[in-house]
Amino acid sequence: MRLLLACLAIMVTAALPLSAEDQVSNFTLHNGMEVVVIEDHRAPVVVHMVWYKAGSADEKPSVSGVAHFLEHLLFKGTENLESGEFSATVARNGGSDNAFTSNDYTAYFQRVAADRLELMMRMESDRMVNLQLDESDIATERDVIIEERNQRVENNPSALFREQKDAVQYLNHSYGIPIIGWRHEMLELDLEAALDYYDTFYAPNNAVLVVAGDVQPDEVRELAEVYYGVLPANSELPERVRAKEPVQMAERRLTFEDPRVAQPYVSRSYLAPERDNGAQEKAAALTLLADLLGGGSTSIMAENLQFETRTAVHTSAYYRATSLDDTTLNFFVVPAPGVSLQQAEDALDNVLLEFMEDGVDTEHLERIKMQIRASQIYARDDVNALANRYGRALTQGLTVEDVQAWPDILQAVTPEDIMAAAAEVLDRRKSVTGWLTAPEVTQ
Amino acid sequence: MIRYILAICLSLVALPAMADVEVKEITTPGGLEAWLVEEHNIPFVSLELRFRGGASLDAPGKRGATNLMVGLLEEGAGDMDARAFARATESLAASFRYDVSDDTISISARFLTENQEDAVSLLRESLVNPRFDEQAIQRVRAQVMSNIRSSLKDPRDLAGMAFDKLVYGEHPYATPLNGTAESVSSLERQDLLDAHKATLARDRVFISAVGDITEDELKSLLDDLLGGLPETGAPLPEPAEVNLPGGVKGVDFETPQSVAMFAQPGIDRDDPDFFAAYILNHILGGGSFESRLMQEVREKRGLTYGVYSYLADRDGAQLWMGSVSSANDRIAEAVKVIRDEWARIRDNGVTEQELQDAKTYLTGAYPLRFDGNGPIADITVAMQMENLPTDYILNRNAMVEAVTLEDVNRVAQDLLDPSRLTFVITGQPKGLETTIN
Repeated sequence: MRLLLACLAIMVTAALPLSAEDQVSNFTLHNGMEVVVIEDHRAPVVVHMVWYKAGSADEKPSVSGVAHFLEHLLFKGTENLESGEFSATVARNGGSDNAFTSNDYTAYFQRVAADRLELMMRMESDRMVNLQLDESDIATERDVIIEERNQRVENNPSALFREQKDAVQYLNHSYGIPIIGWRHEMLELDLEAALDYYDTFYAPNNAVLVVAGDVQPDEVRELAEVYYGVLPANSELPERVRAKEPVQMAERRLTFEDPRVAQPYVSRSYLAPERDNGAQEKAAALTLLADLLGGGSTSIMAENLQFETRTAVHTSAYYRATSLDDTTLNFFVVPAPGVSLQQAEDALDNVLLEFMEDGVDTEHLERIKMQIRASQIYARDDVNALANRYGRALTQGLTVEDVQAWPDILQAVTPEDIMAAAAEVLDRRKSVTGWLTAPEVTQ
Repeated sequence: MIRYILAICLSLVALPAMADVEVKEITTPGGLEAWLVEEHNIPFVSLELRFRGGASLDAPGKRGATNLMVGLLEEGAGDMDARAFARATESLAASFRYDVSDDTISISARFLTENQEDAVSLLRESLVNPRFDEQAIQRVRAQVMSNIRSSLKDPRDLAGMAFDKLVYGEHPYATPLNGTAESVSSLERQDLLDAHKATLARDRVFISAVGDITEDELKSLLDDLLGGLPETGAPLPEPAEVNLPGGVKGVDFETPQSVAMFAQPGIDRDDPDFFAAYILNHILGGGSFESRLMQEVREKRGLTYGVYSYLADRDGAQLWMGSVSSANDRIAEAVKVIRDEWARIRDNGVTEQELQDAKTYLTGAYPLRFDGNGPIADITVAMQMENLPTDYILNRNAMVEAVTLEDVNRVAQDLLDPSRLTFVITGQPKGLETTIN
């Protein structure tokens, strides 16, 4: 088996005729706006995205949700477009558009035929600086985001639990505040708060343009100069410095009860370092650690808890490597019928302890690395996913070089690196454990 | 290969690209038919297999058997148990997804050119020689039971289940394909073997391959992959008799936001008026911000985050469906606005401008779907199931363009029926009278 693996690895490496470096080019406009172009000439389609280096974690106190609220409001009018005209124009050109907000970024995108790129740039650059809102926009759209919160969070006990748990995870850092906002603060969001966020963060020197598809870098540069290059940089752009987490000295626990919970589970998380510019090695080790422990049906958690002891119905581990500030390594265990949450949690701790003693199975590690190599081939079939990868990285403290170095850094991770990262992060004193469960019914 | 040619169109605003996907129809020596799109730029293949019939072929009293069977295909095959099979798949960096719906079993495979033969052998084992080990059955059954329990407390699933029960009566569509706690706990290994034999047969398979593979390679691959399956399976189910009485059915559930599904009778994909209905639906509630439902319910009134309508063309039923979610104290107004819009578009029709905007969107968006091997395999296998010819890809936009304002407005008059528009709502809606028990 091991021999076969070695042969496969060589073949896959040799079979990469087009590297990411050939497909991707990047440059910066005079006003500081970064541009990434990803070429894929198989279809005359383009994805045009503008990513702002501003998300919910950049909000001022007491206006949680304003980053996301503003994202909705950007589809209202500007000095040059009527309310709703942006999306209507995209649709009339056979395209689709949308936007999304995260902790660290807010992004707007359109997918259209490649010859519509200029029109997209004209409109997107317009709303970067010319937004015009009135009170009626505010009132109706606030109702919409409240309904969005109802749909995503209030109607879903798991989502409410995650919100509570994040708040416990981050004592001091704004990652503890939900992206969509706390309901009581969302109800008070007003025009002033939205415009304050807009004026502070929406500027070319705080934005990344990603254009992916059937385009030439030179053509993108020319158009970008015309539409984005002429916008003035914001000289008062604040530095992205968030309050840091204190050293955690005691483990934290919470139990969230909701009668709508049908399937209780345990969620365990540890504060962990993220990918940093020029220093991605530890994050690479943690990525592989999460895969080894809980990445699918051959993982250690699945082997032990689902196959052998049958303690769990589902298990998983998740590590979000790309983040501006400290991230988390997470474990989930959904107990089998008759297994209590305490037993499930104990079983998880046992698995982690045994892993610290047994170390890394190198054959398992090789299988994971093989999949990472192959994913570089599969990734070339999905230019949207590539565009997202670069957008997320560049708004979260990384560079194009970091993104391109990442696959090799993952391949270079050794079992020793993984064990060192595990020893550093998997410390019970620095953990948060949450139980989601239904209240006990007394007859 | 996925090149599009720019075509000049009626509208000067938009010149939609045309998809020029070169589809080859092939027949293997073993008699299997398949569609192939060769695309040698990236060294991998996307392969889509669809078996018509799906979970609706569950035998009486065995609800959930097909779903459990499909869940077990990757849990051990040939001389490999579940873990050995998973490790082998990982070693090849292949991915196999097994999925089941009421009408179809889908297998979506992706594998590298370098180890194509090994990947296909693995996939064949899972399709032809699944083991259905007792241990694996227990494990996957527990997962299904967990999903069943979760559905019983999920407002969207609760609405869907009540809707299906009301609308589909005695047809298999009336109950969830997961089965119930009772039906699933009584399933035995023999039931899974029976479900396998009934559903995975060569007489009902549709195949599409896109990627780094030639015609001859695909032919031998397919005979190798599927040659061991039985020639015929169980007879396909009869169509459903659809009950849409109009009115509102409530499902009481304590949650802040009510979740509504609604429907009236729909239209068959083969109907000559299908494209007129499709355009009409796009204008009414077809997913974009520009639809009348989105404008009236969300943009003007802020009553919801999303409201949609769509034509659901299932093998055994055609419905015009939709969904909306609003806070318990606002859902009544959302329902009223939807009803009003349903009646307004039937009575007054759409405008020439709305029709043109819908056409430019639909014709422009169509070629954008063909943006990767996986999506193309998906589209082309669905086309075969709809009995569409390969040149449909080239002609589809012309069919959209050919629809006239008269067509759309006639179909609105003939087909839309607010009196049969039936809502099923989970939650604790205020000020909304329920008329269906």
